[in-house]
Amino acid sequence: MDGTNSLRNGPDEHGRFGIYGGRFVAETLMPLILDLEHEYRAAKADPAYAAQLKDLAVHYTGRPSPLYFAERLTQHLGGAKVWLKREELNHTGSHKINNCLGQILLAKRMGKTRVIAETGAGQHGVATATVCAKFDLPCTIFMGATDVERQMPNVLRMKMLGAEVRPVTAGAGTLKDAMNEALRDWVTNVESTYYLIGTAAGPHPYPEMVRDFQSVIGTELKEQFREAEGRLPDAVVACVGGGSNAIGTFHAFLDDPDVAIYGAEAGGHGIEVENGHAASMTGGRPGVLHGNRTYLLQDADGQILEGHSISAGLDYPGVGPEHSYLHDTKRVTYVPITDNEALEAFQLLTRMEGIIPALESAHGLAQVIKLAPTMDKDQSVVLCLSGRGDKDVESVGKYLGLLK
Amino acid sequence: MTTRIDARFAQCKAENRPALVTYVMSGDPDLATSQAILNALPQAGADVIELGLPFSDPMADGLVIQQGAQRALAAGQTLLGVLGMVEEFRRKDDTTPIVMMGYYNPIYSFGVERFIAAAKQAGVDGLIVVDLPAEEDDELCIPALAAGLNFIRLTTPTTDDRRLPTVLKNTSGFVYYVSMTGITGAAIKSRAAVGEAVQRIKSHTDLPVAVGFGIKTAEDAQEIGKHSDGVVVGTVLVDAVARSLADGKATDKTVAAVRDIVADLAAGVRRARG
Repeated sequence: MDGTNSLRNGPDEHGRFGIYGGRFVAETLMPLILDLEHEYRAAKADPAYAAQLKDLAVHYTGRPSPLYFAERLTQHLGGAKVWLKREELNHTGSHKINNCLGQILLAKRMGKTRVIAETGAGQHGVATATVCAKFDLPCTIFMGATDVERQMPNVLRMKMLGAEVRPVTAGAGTLKDAMNEALRDWVTNVESTYYLIGTAAGPHPYPEMVRDFQSVIGTELKEQFREAEGRLPDAVVACVGGGSNAIGTFHAFLDDPDVAIYGAEAGGHGIEVENGHAASMTGGRPGVLHGNRTYLLQDADGQILEGHSISAGLDYPGVGPEHSYLHDTKRVTYVPITDNEALEAFQLLTRMEGIIPALESAHGLAQVIKLAPTMDKDQSVVLCLSGRGDKDVESVGKYLGLLK
Repeated sequence: MTTRIDARFAQCKAENRPALVTYVMSGDPDLATSQAILNALPQAGADVIELGLPFSDPMADGLVIQQGAQRALAAGQTLLGVLGMVEEFRRKDDTTPIVMMGYYNPIYSFGVERFIAAAKQAGVDGLIVVDLPAEEDDELCIPALAAGLNFIRLTTPTTDDRRLPTVLKNTSGFVYYVSMTGITGAAIKSRAAVGEAVQRIKSHTDLPVAVGFGIKTAEDAQEIGKHSDGVVVGTVLVDAVARSLADGKATDKTVAAVRDIVADLAAGVRRARG
């Protein structure tokens, strides 16, 4: 559907989704961002590019990812049927690889000789280090020092894959600070370096590009669900940090008004705790950071707050601009999920289905746990299980007192 | 309309020397000391003042200026506080131009229209907003120009001849040439390349061209000033503030530390065409 009333037409030629998005970057980066957009348009129109991406998706990533009916969880919750879109089974263990493969091919087309990326939970860092190993490009990953501590297994994976991991000590040492450092590196090495942004945020064309690469999630899901149930699901749910797995899941359903869409934000210690959460849409207001206008956690004077989440991947004071637009238009309902709710969901899925979810995805699952019992038994809700929780077992073990 | 910025560059041109543009972070290390530094700049030899609006996430700045911003925010600096400093400065100095330099979010948060009115009222002459490229001119640049504020744009080594007209279109006051691809506080690799770049920009505009990023000494100011209408110095001054502190607090050396470096740089620009 491509009608004028479609919610799927964004962004406009200025990179805007309504008032959100844009290109708020230093002049040094502006020519490069225009080049990138040009190259992306050319790649999109090139059947050889699409064919290569498709081949990698099948043989390298392992797509399509399964759509799984979670029978015991469904019985336990006693309402709608619960389905999981198994992005955690992708190579590298999350949806992040979908985007990295698309962008590494672009970097190659542009003749770039070095790749940089920011990472929070380390899933994007691992996926970037993976594609850089495969395509023989040196890469540097910026990661907040706090996150280096709480996601050590991923740090080791990145190093083994040949990446240089640079811990960032500025600020709270989380994703926001890693992104600042990555931008500084990019401004300095703009001629040689490709910045492989991990989420559907940043200056245009990144939000559009990353969404396009992740949209395979929702497109497959729609088709798989139709095969299984012969119709559309009643609700789809995903966690939202920057929001790349969420927009990838949601985009195929935006023009299907009968499908309810929920995004789970990081509610941390609770939305009422000042600077104690990372729910930028529930608890923030529009502002400009990292190249785009979007909902941000900020103080009265426009200074950016650090935020907090148990999940390193959601611990970011902003969100992708398309989500801000979908929030304002009310097409998607964004809800905060606390650290404790996510921890409970993490344990429930592990025990009920034998699937250890990433703490990020556990936020989405917590929303499903609230939602499913309120729905009829013949209805269905699908969660994008965006990542696996192997990286989190140590930190969850500490929270649960299993480790000391 | 001739602004304070236009008048000051014309005056320097008449004196056959480049202008010395000095950047200090407002509120660093505390509000009173920062005011004293600002007030001392003209007499020390600053021709144009860039006053930093502190931001929590200064993506285009190096560690020195970032830490200056953190000190200022910790000292309680706000957007209104910056404007208050300008107002106070204007009580005694009605000719030295002041350019507010920073990032967009604090201005956007304050409200663009309200900000422009307040900045005019306080005696601000121009704006440099690092994360507003020409593509986002509708946000602040156009309304600021309409209100009579100068909007000074950064051009960089990546701004090629094809792009320069776009960048210069709504630029006024002066053009700020960033001497390198990098963040504030890094080092210039080739002075000759900077001179060529300034000539390239001047072939597109009649505006004065000032060069910044990487100018640290009087000798740098003298050499870079040979081929430009102005030199911008920032990191060295913020660093001087940092070095003068004891236990993070201002000392009796703080204002003098900045004043002495500015005086030295002012001597440098006066030798540039000698």
